[in-house]
Amino acid sequence: MKKIYIIAIAASLWASGCSKDFLTNDPTSILTTDQVFGSKELAFSALADLYKGYVDLQTITNWAGFAAFDEAFPSEAGNYKLVQQTDYPYNSWGLWNYDYIRHINIYIERCKGSKALADEDKERFVAEARFLRAANYFEMVKRMGGVPIITEPLTYDYSGDPSYLQHARAKESEVYDFVLAELDTVQQILPDNASVQDRASKGACLAMQARAALYAASIAKYGATTPSVSLPGGEVGIAASEANKYYEISRNASLALVKSGKYSLYMKKPDDLAENFAALFYDKSNNPEVIFAQNFQLKSGTIQGWTLSNQPRAIAEEAQGGRLNPSLNLALKYETLDNKYKPFVLKNGSDYAYYDQEMDIFKDRDARLAGTFILPGSQFKGKDVDIWAGYYVPDSNKFVTSNVFGGLAQLPDRDYKEKVVGASGPIDGLEFGAQTGFYVRKFMDPATGSGQIGTQSEVWWVRYRYGEVLLNLAEAEFELDNKDSAALFLNMIRKRAGFTKDLTPTEITLDRIIHERRVELAFEGHELFDNKRWRIAHKVWNGDKITITDLEKGIGTATAPNTMPYGLWPYKIYSPGKTNDGKWIYRVVKPSEVTAAHRFQTGNYYSTIDQGIISNNPKIIKNPNQ
Amino acid sequence: MKKYRFLYYLSFMGLLSFGMSSCQKDNFDAPTTKFTGHLVYQGKPIQLKNTGDQTGAVYFELWQPGYGKSGAIDVYLNQDGSFSALLFNGDYRLVIPTSQGPFISLENDQTHSDTIPLSLHGNTNMDIEVLPYYMVDKADFSAGADSVVTVSASISKIIKDNRAKDIESVNLYVNRTSFVDEDNRIAGGTIGGGDITDLTNIKLAAKIPADISGGNIGVADQDYFYARVGVKIAGEDDQIYSEIVKVNLK
Repeated sequence: MKKIYIIAIAASLWASGCSKDFLTNDPTSILTTDQVFGSKELAFSALADLYKGYVDLQTITNWAGFAAFDEAFPSEAGNYKLVQQTDYPYNSWGLWNYDYIRHINIYIERCKGSKALADEDKERFVAEARFLRAANYFEMVKRMGGVPIITEPLTYDYSGDPSYLQHARAKESEVYDFVLAELDTVQQILPDNASVQDRASKGACLAMQARAALYAASIAKYGATTPSVSLPGGEVGIAASEANKYYEISRNASLALVKSGKYSLYMKKPDDLAENFAALFYDKSNNPEVIFAQNFQLKSGTIQGWTLSNQPRAIAEEAQGGRLNPSLNLALKYETLDNKYKPFVLKNGSDYAYYDQEMDIFKDRDARLAGTFILPGSQFKGKDVDIWAGYYVPDSNKFVTSNVFGGLAQLPDRDYKEKVVGASGPIDGLEFGAQTGFYVRKFMDPATGSGQIGTQSEVWWVRYRYGEVLLNLAEAEFELDNKDSAALFLNMIRKRAGFTKDLTPTEITLDRIIHERRVELAFEGHELFDNKRWRIAHKVWNGDKITITDLEKGIGTATAPNTMPYGLWPYKIYSPGKTNDGKWIYRVVKPSEVTAAHRFQTGNYYSTIDQGIISNNPKIIKNPNQ
Repeated sequence: MKKYRFLYYLSFMGLLSFGMSSCQKDNFDAPTTKFTGHLVYQGKPIQLKNTGDQTGAVYFELWQPGYGKSGAIDVYLNQDGSFSALLFNGDYRLVIPTSQGPFISLENDQTHSDTIPLSLHGNTNMDIEVLPYYMVDKADFSAGADSVVTVSASISKIIKDNRAKDIESVNLYVNRTSFVDEDNRIAGGTIGGGDITDLTNIKLAAKIPADISGGNIGVADQDYFYARVGVKIAGEDDQIYSEIVKVNLK
């Protein structure tokens, strides 16, 4: 009897197993090309993945990137190396991501070939992919010079001879021309809508064109000052005669954006211009200035930890934060409201200069200083940031401090211990403290929970904004000798920063424009590439140790050395019964972890091309530094 | 039971011998051929930056064709222009990358390019002749009681044709140790290329600070220092130096 059952079961299994589709089950873990390009939603997700591949050298998801160039000091033990090495290796900032280019090319080919997608969707997706490809070629040409332009997915035929896949480098100017032309084409297709901010739009195309053409123009114009940074075939370097053409392209793109009237400078909080400038970066609702940004969303997996990494230690939501400390070097660049470059007043004759409030030393300055920095004596998230280095006792000319955050010590004539240093420091060599006396404010998220590991932030990373477009326009107009127009656009930016007196056209110099970009666009990823295209990087980072006097002298000079980050520390006066008791003094310090002065060599203008790449493709010409 | 133990023992020995024999078969002998020499101009070594962490130091490349993927062996130069490398015997091609060094490579008679064929069979000592833009002919250092190091230097321009390059600056570097260059210094003096009137008579001075390395050591604790002169050439990343000289303060 048992046997019969077993035979019956076996027979039924046999029968069912023999049905036709036995070996043709659909895979459950991958999607086929037809499936992806058979539905709008899936094609869109594949596109989102391409957006994810967008490359930034400095961005809010990598705070340490901002500490490599003396705009800021890295207050984290693992990154002190950034201020302890002199030379930048020749292969720094190299980029050769043809895998990404291939993904885009495949996407474009398959999306075009899709029969299921509506024409309208197809057109937009392909245009967006081409926009991303243009952005990536722009990023590559900034770092490597001319690169091979590949616009089709390359496939190997296994014939044993891969030479047909080996493409030579295009000229540097040809890559810029390609980027500009692609953007010309796709801006006709992409939405002309200022509320499209985290996807490609016509505005983003124009903004990128304005920037890319400006880069090409300044390389053409200023490349003459570094003749060794060029290759005879034009893979590196652009002829000086091309400069005006590119400046005009840049100006026209910027002007088209300005004339469209779709964007404007962020001005929602006119009563507090510093807060207004900070909000420009974290306010995501109806922000009229942001043209193209990388978006983040809470509880979705795409969050960023900028606030977590950099929150003031005193009010941190975790036992960390305070990593990026903007430098005094940068703070000094913010002018006083009478359009003057003025160092902070530290001395009154041979005595210290005394301030009633901790913040008073920063009074009457460009509002962008307090909008970009968390200053000592200010608040973040409605709480005191508590940055002060200790007590100064004038009677004995001594400083009383502690080596732990908010540490206690006994002041003279007291019989108890009290807090003698801020809960955010600064304490020299203590990570997460404000070792320069400052924390960063740009992109910091004021929302509760933004400093928690489990929540983090959804503030976006602004890649292109209207403020930069105005600066690009001012620079292009200046270079084309239209100083009136340059002054007009520069003053628009400066008014938003609180300046009441306009600069006159005669006051506009290249130094002025470079200065304005540095203060307006700090921590937005422009510093290195701007200094490269003006060919002043080897002068700014010249490897010479600098003193505070050098820094103060060089405030308005574009080429002034800026090789080591300095700090500015506040001390409270302890002098019971005397007039100065409770007032504040400031001292300049160089964090003791800063041991090296940065040197950018002419070989750093274009990164080395890896030997492996050259071995695989003998048509690749080496860069001038190789 | 005893028999089993013996079998275990045997298999263990077998494994061991297998392990040992595989170690012998898989490995190459380490390279033993020494390749040494100097970078020279008319027999005088070219003085360069200290190798240090290798970033920014001068090197040349050795290429050995015929072994699949091509990649160079980088040989870094010491500050006195010497080099040494341990290599396998074989045929190499030696090339100094154009961006490297304050000099130009000379054309080789055999290859009619800047590539130098190199056949290594046993230890080899070879000086490589190059053409520097400038040479520091003479640098006389003296030290005053006020801990100021002064130098009187003479520089000659070697390349005078259309490949010539200007001097950006001439620098005096002083350091505590016998490693001295633009990265390793405690004091220095500089003069811009445009301010030089007589290349054969350049005077520079540097005052050694009282506190060195954060106050751990000062002039009072060390009465000798090392100094050299460096010439920065416009458009060249690497400087050319004079020899390192020990300077006694007292």
